[in-house]
This record gives sequence, C-alpha cells and structure tokens, in this order.
Amino acid sequence: MHITGRAWKYGDNVNTDVIFPGKYTYTITERAEIARHALEDLDPTFAAAVQPGDVIVGGRNFGCGSSREQAATCLVYNGVGAVIAESISRIFYRNALNNGLLAIVCPAAAQAIQQGERVAIDTERHVIACAAGEFAFPPLSASVMGIVAAGGLVEYVKARLATP
Amino acid sequence: MMPQTFAQKALARAAGLDFVEVGQVVDARPDIVLSHDNTAAIRRIWREFGQERVAIPDRIAITLDHAVPAPTTKHAQNHAEIRQFVQEQGIRHFFEVGRGICHQVLSEEALVLPGQVILGADSHTTHFGWLGAFGAGIGRSEVATLWATGELWLRVPESMKIVLDGELPPGVTAKDFALRVIGDLGADGGLYMSVEFHGSGIAAMSLESRMVLPNMMAEFGAKNAWIGADEKTVAYLERRLGDYGIKRLGDAGGNANPPISQSLNLSISQSLFPDPDASYASEHHYRAADLETYIACPHSVDKVVPLSAVAGTRVQQAFLGTCTNGRLEDLAAAAEVIRGKRVAPGVRFLVIPASSEVLKAALAQGYIQDFVEAGAVIGVPGCGPCMGNHMGIPAPGEVIISSANRNFRGRMGTADSEIYLANPAVVAAAAVAGVIVDPREIGE
Repeated sequence: MHITGRAWKYGDNVNTDVIFPGKYTYTITERAEIARHALEDLDPTFAAAVQPGDVIVGGRNFGCGSSREQAATCLVYNGVGAVIAESISRIFYRNALNNGLLAIVCPAAAQAIQQGERVAIDTERHVIACAAGEFAFPPLSASVMGIVAAGGLVEYVKARLATP
Repeated sequence: MMPQTFAQKALARAAGLDFVEVGQVVDARPDIVLSHDNTAAIRRIWREFGQERVAIPDRIAITLDHAVPAPTTKHAQNHAEIRQFVQEQGIRHFFEVGRGICHQVLSEEALVLPGQVILGADSHTTHFGWLGAFGAGIGRSEVATLWATGELWLRVPESMKIVLDGELPPGVTAKDFALRVIGDLGADGGLYMSVEFHGSGIAAMSLESRMVLPNMMAEFGAKNAWIGADEKTVAYLERRLGDYGIKRLGDAGGNANPPISQSLNLSISQSLFPDPDASYASEHHYRAADLETYIACPHSVDKVVPLSAVAGTRVQQAFLGTCTNGRLEDLAAAAEVIRGKRVAPGVRFLVIPASSEVLKAALAQGYIQDFVEAGAVIGVPGCGPCMGNHMGIPAPGEVIISSANRNFRGRMGTADSEIYLANPAVVAAAAVAGVIVDPREIGE
C-alpha cells in the first residue's frame, strides 16, 4: 500500500471531541455530513481543504477520549490516507484500522514531519518518507493488516462469514 | 506456570485458553456486549453481514442513556430504531429511558460478575473493574462483529500497579485520587495498560468510591482497570442478584440456570486475581494521607492542581452526575454542603442521578428535597450534559464545574467554554459560592 499526501500536523492529546464533537453522534449519519465536521473544534479549515491521501500527524495520545467511531470515519470519509503519531489512544487505533485507515505509531516521523509538507508511506517496506528523511515503523501483525487490506473490519468479517 | 496478571487470566478465560502471554492477540468471547444510544448505528453496520438473528442475544445489554428523554425528532427516531431491534432480536437486557447510565445500571443489575469480560461501545466500560471484571471500550464496528460472531481480537495488555496505602483523609475522595494519578502520570500514563489497584486504601473504600477509579482510568489511556472483589463486592452482587437476578432469569423462561449463589461462587472461585509475583511494567505507590482535593483544569484531564490553586474562579454552571460521580454517596456529599443554603445568583446547579435507583434512594434520604430547596435543577437519570448532546449546554464564554470525567474543549457542546472537574462536594460548594472554593469554607 502506498500513500502520498500533505501533512496536517497537530499536537499532543488530540481528543475525539475535537475530532468529531459528541453533539453530532446520534443525529448525523450521512457520510458527507460526517466528513464536513471533521476536526471542527481543532482546525476549522481542515474539512474544506483536506485532499485525498493527506496524512494527519499527531503528538502523544492521538485520539484519546470517547469510543465514537466517527472520530476515525470522519477522516476516512475525507480521504485521509493515514494517521501518524508519537502514540495513539487504543480505541481510536482500533477504530482506525477497523475502518481501513492506516494508523502508525512512529515517534521519530511524527516529530520530524512539518505542517504542509509531502509525506509518502510505503506499507510494504514499512517506511515513512518526508523532507527530513526516511523513518521505519514496525509492521502490523498479518491478521490486523488483513483487516486494513480488506477495507476494514466489516468487509473482513463479511468475507469470513461467507466462507464457513 | 508463569505468574500471571489479572488481564492475562481474564483474557485466557474469555479465549478458552489455559495461559496467554502479554502481547499475544487472542479471540475473546466476552460475557456481555454493551451498547447504548449508539445501538441503531451499530445495527446498520450489523445488517451489512446479512444475518437474520444476532449470534448472542442473551449476551447483549442495551441502555438508553446518552440523550434521554429524546431532545429532538432525530434522537427519538434513533431510540425507536433501537427498541425495534430489541424487540425483533429478543434482547432481554434492555433498559429504557430513565433507568440510568449504562455502567451504573449494569452494575446495579449485576449483569457482570468478577472475572468476566465485558466489551462496550463506550470508552468508560473500564468501569467494571470495580467488581473485579475486565471491561474495555471498543468501537461500533466491533460491537456489530460481536453480535454476528460472538468474538473479537484483543491484545493481552501489559499491566501497571497502583497502590494506595491508608485511608483517605476527610474531604478527599476516590475522584481526587484518580485525578492525582492522572495529573502525575499524564492522560497517556496508562496507555494500552491494564491498571491494577491494590492496597489498604482501596480495600477501605466504599463500593461506590471504588467505582470511580476504573471509570476514570479511561482518561488515563487504560485498556481496562481492576480492583479485586472482596466480601463487600460479593455481598453487593448477591443482594443485587437477589433483587434482579432471579426475576431476570425467570423472564427468559429458562429452567436450568444454576442457583444464584453457585453461579457467583463459580465466578469468584475462578480466582481471577493476579498472582503475587506477576510482572508489572511499572508500580506507583501513594500514601492516602499525602493526598488532597484536586481539580482538573480546562481543557485536559491531566492539568491537575490542588483546589487552592484555582479557588476563586467564577462558575456559571455546576453539574453533579455521570457514571463517574452520580451515585448516592456523591449526592449525599453534595447535599451535606448545600443543605439549608441557596445556589448563588447567576449559577445553575444541575443534579442528575446516575440511575433511577439512585434517584429513589436520594428521595428517601431527603437529598432531592435539599437540592430543590437550594434552587438546583433535577434531571432525568442518564448521562445528562456530560457529552453535549442535550440539556445543560453552556453558553460561549461560560465556566462549568463538573463531577464528570472529561473536560475536553467542546465536550459539553460549546467549544468556547471551560470545564473544571472536581469531586461532588466541591461542585456543590461552587454552586453555593459562585466560585471554586473548599467545601469546608462554606459557612454554616
């Protein structure tokens, strides 16, 4: 899998409420509308300007807080290619991978990447390339990579249920 | 056999294995799968699997609590879809609007027992560690997957040990202890960890106080948190199973259920306690006597300071409630502060009991009378304004003091507002004084 896009860089403890506010969680169900509210309370310019393949770069504990899956899907629906962070909160991490969104814990890359620069991710070689150089990240387990490659958990389980 | 942590034992049991290693990925079969107002969205995902019936109807628990009663037509429609699902799938463990917050209700109904695993589409599912269970939050797609297959991949987490020695001083609560730990170690201090609480300070706590600790560990990044079940826990669960269990089992028309005490003993005797020489990533020791009353400042739960550092901060709304601090002892502590006094001009004081049972008990004790006479607003048992869905949303620029667990920017529905987190007595004191103040300084 190859992902190329611009970096949107944020700080530590980017929480699920600023990624997708709780007040929308039971009333907004359309993909386009979910996408429009992405990062609303953190970076109001994001949803209108993000391009497919762009990469979110966070500091420590990215995605902390609620279990709401829209925190991951609002990024997916905007075409975000990956999240790279120094560390990632566990439920967000699962939600991202379960929706086919690559979530990469790589402190060196997360620190080196600058706002707006081009970032390229190669999941076969497990490297992130940016202006500061190449950074290796640990590969996902085969089963979890299978979920990402299937396009997410639902597709993965569908295939499993279809083959007894 | 190698010494094991609680998480290892609980996940080995749920995966049907004799032993699991830390870092191992297992297919776990949880005893209970929890969802709430998000159930309609989960149902839409589950339908993609093309199943007629869910695989595990008796292991599904659903509460309506996050926006109750429905504030808009859309919310009402969401609830209606959930009721339809409950009916068509024959879900027994369904709790209507007004019964209370999922974690409180499932605890009261003794739906989760020591050593069991509960996975929930709610980050505060860590809560169930209070009774010696393994509780972890998961996403909506994962709950849909569990409905369809009954199992889900989980990585066996590393464990960390937090020890509290001695009894907490007067006015210092489990909430203060939780805030102190998170303040010391950071909002990611327990990232991916199974957090085990040990020590005489934990044993000395009431069950309601214990509930605060695993609940708050969601704000610490933890996967789950654990407090060992003891005689107090068992007595509570036996009473609860007596209140609800027999009726519940009878409702199902089942006839081969083991006697209540036997099923409980079974759970305890599976001895899901960590081995004394189990290995921990880190250990942190606290002396209860060294702790004081703390406040978490906007906009992060780890911005923790002693109360005195923010005393005098003006507030426009005080909120007492939530799965963290909406129980009877919390209402009792707040009523103690506010009895015979008035909510300050320019302040709204919202009191929302965590469940209908808490409300009933608070009525019987006279606490609700105390609150109403003081000028407080009483809300329907549920999550209330904790996550900004409905009721009690602050205006831009306003400051809130809350007994909840999260103070992220925009958490209560308005980005340009500030949330301070505190224990229930401090919330009540701020309601009376109009500023953050030590409850002991509120005059007679």
